[in-house]
Amino acid sequence: MIKTPIYLDNNATTPLDPRVLEAMLPYFNEKFGNAASRNHPFGWAAEEGVDYAREQVAKLIGATDKEIIFTSGATESDNLAIKGVYEMYKEKGNHIITLTTEHKAVLDTCKHLEKLGAQVTYLDVEQDGLVDLNKLEAAFTDQTILVAIMYANNEIGVVQPIKEISAITHKHRALFFTDAVQAVGKIPVNVIEDGIDLLALSAHKMYGPKGVGALYVRRKNPRVKVTAQMDGGGHERGMRSGTLNVPGIVGLGKAAEICYNEMAEESKRLAALRDKLERNLTVLEESYVNGNVEHRIPHTANISFKYVEGEGLMMAMKDMAVSSGSACTSASLEPSYVLKSLGLSDDLAHSSIRFGLGRFTTEEEVDFAIENTIKAVNHLRELSPLWEMFKEGIDLDSIEWAEH
Amino acid sequence: MAYSDKVIDHYSNPRNVGTLDKAKQSVGTGLVGAPECGDVMRLQIEVDENQVITDAKFKTFGCGSAIASSSLATEWLKGKTIDDALTIDNMDIVEELALPPVKIHCSVLAEDAIKSAINDYRVKNGMEAIELEKSHH
Repeated sequence: MIKTPIYLDNNATTPLDPRVLEAMLPYFNEKFGNAASRNHPFGWAAEEGVDYAREQVAKLIGATDKEIIFTSGATESDNLAIKGVYEMYKEKGNHIITLTTEHKAVLDTCKHLEKLGAQVTYLDVEQDGLVDLNKLEAAFTDQTILVAIMYANNEIGVVQPIKEISAITHKHRALFFTDAVQAVGKIPVNVIEDGIDLLALSAHKMYGPKGVGALYVRRKNPRVKVTAQMDGGGHERGMRSGTLNVPGIVGLGKAAEICYNEMAEESKRLAALRDKLERNLTVLEESYVNGNVEHRIPHTANISFKYVEGEGLMMAMKDMAVSSGSACTSASLEPSYVLKSLGLSDDLAHSSIRFGLGRFTTEEEVDFAIENTIKAVNHLRELSPLWEMFKEGIDLDSIEWAEH
Repeated sequence: MAYSDKVIDHYSNPRNVGTLDKAKQSVGTGLVGAPECGDVMRLQIEVDENQVITDAKFKTFGCGSAIASSSLATEWLKGKTIDDALTIDNMDIVEELALPPVKIHCSVLAEDAIKSAINDYRVKNGMEAIELEKSHH
């Protein structure tokens, strides 16, 4: 018997790995010191934990420990990278290139900088969710200082051609920042091989705790600087003041170490489960996998079930925690901007479900998900006037729908 | 956000799902909403010579609250005259199903569907269409 509800929303957050929790526990009480207290053993013990975590995180992404700045999470890392670079390099230029499918933490940060005088190009992606490198190249101006393009997309899981993007960026003498929250710990990410200058990661997307993340800031070739966005005691080499979240950082380190050791096996297992899920769900008529199926992280499947609405569908899949591209609960009724960026029509975007598998997902759970999803889709199609019209051969585009 | 028991009941066991023959003189059909908004309701009524609604059917593409609103509407319509049916207000649906504010549009759509079905019937049978309140959305 499997325990319900089953959790298939690992792109939103992952459960804490028990080994991570175990590593963190001593830092709440026995080793509670302030890592910045340099003159007594309490401080030293905390600092040792932080130093070790810094090495663990650095190792996972091929960086050195001095290049890791701990933050409160990826949103802060995104803000620090983009605002910090803009402030530091605005004498050189004011142009930033990003994608329309970026996370809001990147898009809203760019919008903020626009108010301060930045020029931002929001590049559209192709139908498969990937950026066209020619269009990227064409977007550069002599004012371009930063390219901010995510490693893997949170909704559809596609992995951008990072090496090519960084090469083009460096040819134009700009810096390359990547929000790699969905990729780090899931697929090999190496800041040297990938040519990354700044990288954001988050602990809670890789079986670590919430409230802690990191920003990688390159120290050599080139040496990158960011202007601090949080002023105070000059922690984290002056780039991020604030007493370090020692238990969180220790947890992030442990989570990174586990990913480093287990990623190769885990990604194979998850890709096989993901493929099984997709294979069985696309047997349903009028169901489509969204995004490039070759270049993507192994644990995410985004599928549109035409003629059923995502939120209604999720309600029928009541023993499963998944996520929908439909945002019927928001006042705007706007479906996912990421799916729309792929050129999906609004109705298809409303009909999409994201399945996010993870370390603790079992094959039995995937089998359950398949069965449950098929049942739910069929139930809702029985109720769907659009499905009936489709079956009668009526072209839905020929109907004049009321605006509302 | 948790759904109310009544929404879950209508959603899990929707009443009066189906299709009436829209070509029949005695059947009125309302099709409201739009796929790109994530809500489409089709509500149909069959009306006897005394202008009493003898049958009502629906199909809805939408969230649980939209499905529940239209299911409830069909229950309420049966046995009412078409004039009485016009008095069904979206806020009655909101109250009955305990819909939260973000789901009020579902009840509005159900009210629109009722009026639109009645109008279709009226026009088919030589009556004037009643004036509809303009879009609440």
